[in-house]
Order: sequence, then C-alpha cells, then structure tokens
Amino acid sequence: MTAVTAPRRRRSRGGRETAVAYGLIAPNLLLLGLFVLLPLAWAVSISFQRTDGFGGGVFTGLDNYARLLADPVFWRSTGNTLLFTLITTPLSMGLGLGAALLLNSVLPARAVFRSILILPMAVSGVATALIGLLVFDENSGVLNELLRFVGLPAVQWQSGGAAAFLSIVLVTLWWRTGFNMLIYLAGLQGLSPELQEAAMLDGTSWWQRLRLVTVPLLGPSSFFLLVINVIYSFQVFDLVFVMTGGGPQDATSVLVTYAYQNGFVVRDQGYAAAIGMVLLVFALVFTAVRWRTSRTKDLTG
Amino acid sequence: MTRADPLARPSVRPSSRTAAPRRPRRASRLGLAARILAAVVVAAVVLFPLYWMLVVALSSRSDLLGGDLRLVPRTLTLENFDRVLGSFPVWTWFGNSTAIAITTAVLTVGVNMLAGYAFAHLRFRGSTALFLVALATLTLPVQVIMVALFRLVTDLGLYGSYWAVILPTAASAFGLFLARQFLLGIPKELIEAARMDGAGHLRVFRSVVLPLSKPLLAVLFFMSLLASWNDFAWPLIALKENRLFTLPIGLLYLQSENGPDYGTTMAFALLDVVPMVVLFLVFQRYFVQGFARSGIR
Repeated sequence: MTAVTAPRRRRSRGGRETAVAYGLIAPNLLLLGLFVLLPLAWAVSISFQRTDGFGGGVFTGLDNYARLLADPVFWRSTGNTLLFTLITTPLSMGLGLGAALLLNSVLPARAVFRSILILPMAVSGVATALIGLLVFDENSGVLNELLRFVGLPAVQWQSGGAAAFLSIVLVTLWWRTGFNMLIYLAGLQGLSPELQEAAMLDGTSWWQRLRLVTVPLLGPSSFFLLVINVIYSFQVFDLVFVMTGGGPQDATSVLVTYAYQNGFVVRDQGYAAAIGMVLLVFALVFTAVRWRTSRTKDLTG
Repeated sequence: MTRADPLARPSVRPSSRTAAPRRPRRASRLGLAARILAAVVVAAVVLFPLYWMLVVALSSRSDLLGGDLRLVPRTLTLENFDRVLGSFPVWTWFGNSTAIAITTAVLTVGVNMLAGYAFAHLRFRGSTALFLVALATLTLPVQVIMVALFRLVTDLGLYGSYWAVILPTAASAFGLFLARQFLLGIPKELIEAARMDGAGHLRVFRSVVLPLSKPLLAVLFFMSLLASWNDFAWPLIALKENRLFTLPIGLLYLQSENGPDYGTTMAFALLDVVPMVVLFLVFQRYFVQGFARSGIR
C-alpha cells in the first residue's frame, strides 16, 4: 500500500511544482516568445524574400545573401565592425585595469574618484555622441582649438575617414572604461593579500607582481570583460549613428548601422534581414563561447 | 544575496601596511603624489566633456558664434534653455521618457522576479532548456530582428503607442538573468522550511522571498529604468510621431533641425542627462551591483 502511494504522491507533487513554475514564468515566456523569438523566426523568413517597402515580399531563395557577398559596403562594414572590436576591447580593458589598480591603492578620496570614473555609464548613447561631436567638431570643437593652441595641425574629425573612426573609438573609451574599471576593481578586492605579500617578501618589483601574480589571478574578470566588450563592440550603434552616420564614404559604417540603413532608410527590408542574419551568426558564436566556459558554474550554482 | 556594496568598502591593501614604516619615507610620499596626480588627470579627462557641455549650454549665442568661449565663462545665461523649451515640446518628450522608463522598469521587475524565483528554486521539466534559450537572446542586437519586430508591432496595433517600445524592451532577458543570480543566494533550507510549514509557492514567494529581495528589487528597477531611459536603437524605429518621442529621439530630431547649434543641443542634452546622473549618484550602490553582476558568468 505505502509502496504504491509514495511514488505517486511524489510524482503528483512534482507535477504540481511544474504547473506552478510554468505559471510563474508564463509572463516572461510570453514576452520573450512574442517579441524576440517570433520576430527572429520571421526575420529569417524575410531574409529570403525580395521585399517592396514595408509590404509583402516574394521568396527569392538566397538572392539577398548573394548580393551581400558582392556588396563592397557590406564588407567594409564587416571590416569596420571587426576593427572597432579589435581596437576598443583591449584598450578599454587595459585602461580599466590601470584605473582599477590606481583606485585599489592607497589614495585619498577613492570613493569620489570611483564615482567620477563610472559617471559616463549613466549618460545616454545619444547624449554621449553629441558631447563627442561638441568636443571633436572639426570646425568649432574644443579639441581642435587645443591642438592649434599647442601648435599642432587641426584634425578633420568628420571629413577624414580614419580620424572619424578614431573619434568614435575615443568616445567609446570615455563611455566604457568605467565599466571595465568597476569589474576589475571587484576582482582586485576579491584577491587574497597573502599572495601579494609573499611575492613582496621574495623581493619582486611592482611590475613583476602585477604581471606574474595579479593579472593571472584576475583571469575570470578578464574573461568576463573580454566577452562583454566584444558583444558590446559588435553592437555599437548609437555613437556611430549620431556622430558620423557611417560616413564619410562608409569609413565608419558598421553592420548594425548598415542594417538599419537598408531596413529603414532605403527600405530594402529583405536585404536588411539578411545583414541581420550575419549579426545573428556572430551573436550565436559569442553565446556559445559564453556557455562553454560557464555552463557548469551557472547551472549548478 | 547582497549586503553592503563590496566595492564601496575600502579594502586594506598590503601596501598600506608595508609602505609606511619599511620603505624610505620619501619614496612612498613620491609614489602617493604620483598616484594622486594620475587620479586627478583621469578624473579631469572624464569630467571635462560633461563640464564643457554645461558651459556651452549656459553660454550666449554670441559667445558661441564669436568663438569667445573660455574655460571658465564670464557670463552665464539661460537663453539656450528658453529657446529650446520655446520651440520644441521638450516637456512632452520628458514625460514620454518618464512614463516609458517607469512602466518598463515596473514590468521588468514583476515579470523577472516571478520567473527568476521559478528558475532559481523550483524543479520543473524544461527549466534548463528554457533558461538557456532566454540567455541566448541576451547577446542578440535588436538589428537582427528589427525588420520583423516592426511588422509585428504594426500588426498588433501597437505602433503609435508607448507599448511599441515598452513591451519589446521589457522582453529583454537581462533582468531574468540578474534575478535568478540573486535569488539563488536565498538558502534552499529557508524555502524548504516554509514549504514544510505548508505554505504554497506563491505564499513562500510573497512572505519569504520578497522581503529578502529588496536590494534585488532596487537593482532591477534602477537598471531597467536607466536602460530604458537611455535606449535609442529600437525607439528610433518604433516612435515615428513627434508627440511620442522620448528624450534621446527628441535630441536627435532637434539636432537634425538645428544643425550645429551646440548651445540649444547641449541645453536639451542636459535635460536628458541630469536626471539619470543624479539617480546614478544617489543610488550608486544598486547600479554598481547591477553592472557588476549583469551577465557575470
């Protein structure tokens, strides 16, 4: 008797738990399914269509993708996206580490300095970009005034391709370094002082301790930042859109702005969806990397 | 679970103990001076653009056009604010931003608390797979789905209302991730004990989990408020009517109408920036926790 009822009761309790759980996650699943997963499937379908404005489309197989392969602006945008990622990721991590080491040392008013460094994180992308233009404006910007004042030639921050790209990189660093600093600071404060002290007793220099003890111990923070910075960099939209609009002559065009350009300015939505699929592939690769490296920790946690 | 913000606590570093007595006094003083100098320079680089925004916003048009701006301005004026408030529906946009950000934040908190509790403390079929799917959407830029999302929002009849922005934004999985992370920190034993006493899951959620989750509620609320207030890419697509603009979209509109009139642009930008900067400074520890934990691991 008991042998029969016990498992059944357990099963029914498990069933009820599942029902309750699905009730609790239902609102979340509904939003996610309706506003992310459904549009995702739809976007895949649109990417195989030749569309006319916002109206219906005709399935044309891989036409949009064939066009992508032959489109120099697409390749330029892909190259720019990768270049931007390759430049900003190590720089913002390096600057963030430097700032974190500084704020983790003996220093008066550390809390104030920390607040100042993370302040840009509260500023919207559009405002950041406009402040960037204010500083980098090639005609009236304060930076060119400064360059002229010290006897250097003014830089064409808007009409020169490389300079425009550089201005976006610099504004990005202003915006993002605080976040990197914050993560490294948390990492540094989690390290045990004993190791540092032991290294110090061995007579190592500050630089050796940094290179051989601190940086290796910060591995988890560095990896987390690497992933986050790469994800952020390949999605850079606000700054590019407002500061340069992808110009001059596509010198700063990136995949996200090129997709927007096609989808909502040129209104070639099938083509925009195909560019979106390239972005999707990137996103899936990053997600896979993130899972592979954190799955056990996260799910058993 | 969160206690005090760990980053705000000054940590005692070995150098603070070893530096003073063992090393020559002068070297440590020099080192301290160098560090202070470095910190001041870094702070100046970070603050200068914000300071300059303030100076330009408060300068008269003649000073701006005459190139007569100084690092420390001689005269300040509110004429840029008068001009921008007189020619654009700035307060409407401010209201739109506020309404959209608060609604999104409340929705995010509610939806993600419930789901976060289920994913953290209930065992149910498909939980791992569902959570991983939600997690995978985290790295998805809106540009991947924008074309279809635009059609969907139009088909649902949401286009032309706040909901076209609120609902897709609230669907972001970042809050779910954050909520689950925090709620995993509530000891299972505590929940089991309440369950033994015969409380249902909703009851446990209300009387055990929620009271312990106040820091989480604050983190979730402020993080989604900030994200929604500053959001640009999707509102740019979803809000085409002037009367529905949020501040960032209005800012862009004003800039395209006014051209390089930095005085009014910066005056308006201040209205966009100041509320979040103030919130950020006042509730810093919640933001810091949110940023430090969002997407971690």
